[in-house]
Amino acid sequence: MRKDRRAPPLDRRRHLKQLLAAGGALAVSGCDRLSESPRFNAALDSAEGWTYTVQRLLLGRDALAQEYPAADISPHPRSNGSSTPGTDEYNRLASNGFRDWRLAVSGLVERPQSLSLEDLRQLPSRAQITRHDCVEGWSYIAQWKGARLAALLARAGLRPEARYIAFFCADTLEMTLDGTGRYYETIDLRDAMHPQTILAYEMNDRPLPIPYGAPLRLRLERQLGYKMAKYIVRIEAVASFARIGRGKGGFWEDRGYQWYAGI
Amino acid sequence: MDAHAPSAEPRTPSPARERVLDDGRTAVYRHPLPVRVWHWINVLCLIVLIPSGLQILNAHPALYWGNASTFAQPWIAFGSGGDEPAFPSWITLPSWQDLADGRSWHFFFAWIFVASGLAYVIYALASGRLTGVLWPSRRELRGIGRSILDHVRLRFPEGEEARRYNLLQKLSYVAVLFLVLPLMVATGLTMSPGMDARLHFLTELFGGRQSARTIHFLTACALVLFIVVHLVAMVAAGPLKELRSIVTGWFVLSRGSPEETR
Repeated sequence: MRKDRRAPPLDRRRHLKQLLAAGGALAVSGCDRLSESPRFNAALDSAEGWTYTVQRLLLGRDALAQEYPAADISPHPRSNGSSTPGTDEYNRLASNGFRDWRLAVSGLVERPQSLSLEDLRQLPSRAQITRHDCVEGWSYIAQWKGARLAALLARAGLRPEARYIAFFCADTLEMTLDGTGRYYETIDLRDAMHPQTILAYEMNDRPLPIPYGAPLRLRLERQLGYKMAKYIVRIEAVASFARIGRGKGGFWEDRGYQWYAGI
Repeated sequence: MDAHAPSAEPRTPSPARERVLDDGRTAVYRHPLPVRVWHWINVLCLIVLIPSGLQILNAHPALYWGNASTFAQPWIAFGSGGDEPAFPSWITLPSWQDLADGRSWHFFFAWIFVASGLAYVIYALASGRLTGVLWPSRRELRGIGRSILDHVRLRFPEGEEARRYNLLQKLSYVAVLFLVLPLMVATGLTMSPGMDARLHFLTELFGGRQSARTIHFLTACALVLFIVVHLVAMVAAGPLKELRSIVTGWFVLSRGSPEETR
């Protein structure tokens, strides 16, 4: 200690600088190594559970996402993920205005359904001007109109074991041998029954454009964009999503993103 | 308060708060345990939160005002727009580009940051530290010119004067505690589409979600500025002495006037 105090201040400062630099390098490589450890990641992910619990507590069942006046609609929105499924089948359906397209509703339901776009338009609907928040950080505002998911599920009749609703999509976002690159998403029943949760077939008063998920996409207004599956072809009520895809509840969830995307 | 409180009677302090070292210098107990623990939790949290925040910003390195992004006309866009990330790997967490990991780090440590911050505020209020140690008196505020001048010259109070936080210290701690940190948390919550359903008023207050995101970044810049000044001041005032006091709580007063010790 004493010796140290007599050292010229400049020298001491240089030592300190070296110490800080070494500490910084150590911190970076240490954090990187931790980032690669599955057990550490699992620990970090416990924050998702805290966020989910607290937000569910604060938000309750029916707190509505903000809705905006028509004047706020973004003139230049942005789409993300697939800009089209691009398959032959999809292109054929699209060329016909999706008149031959069918939505399958299956899984833990009393009355499996096969619905046309026209059938969906007959269901109780909701129109809303809301903000779309991408996980990347950007936002745009658009008007959406679609069938209330709660109405569709009431028509199909959920069985008591059903806990999640899974959405299977026509687009493949990543080429994989085992087919886990197909887009899919899952939400819980509380979100499924929320009044703003709709299967949108219209955007800004026009049929849903292809980059935004034609003919049908999910709107889940209290979560981020990646939860809102586009190009939906099948909806399934399930008790667990452990055996779908890679088991984390969605395409992006399988790649490290949070299942609960309320933040 | 008892009559032996050090602030009232510096020459006859209570024994637990002050002791004389072998070499005749005086050590004062400056940082109680909760303060030291909170300080080091903050160090850890900020080492994670700032680089993981930049990782998240790398996913879309542009800032806007209002609710929606005006993609063609950002307020600020970072980086060249090419394949290179806007913020380089040595300043992001993890060092490679990975938004999912960045978010996991950021939210986990944001929880710790908020929880420990709340615990500290409760402690500071309950213990009287806020009013007794941090909040500047009106008399002190009148000496602001001199205090600024001393700081610019990197001349710090020594001896008896160093028992207390000086005016600029008090002002910056109070500003960070009651302005910067709450702003940080509030703008962070405003960005959450979930919380937004409950906290419409916050979105209104900040002028929209993208404004909140921009303010979140600017507030982080203010915090970085605070850290830089804090570290420069620490090094200038004597890094070992200062580090010792934030580890053990005991701050050793130097003998005599500043002129003698220089």
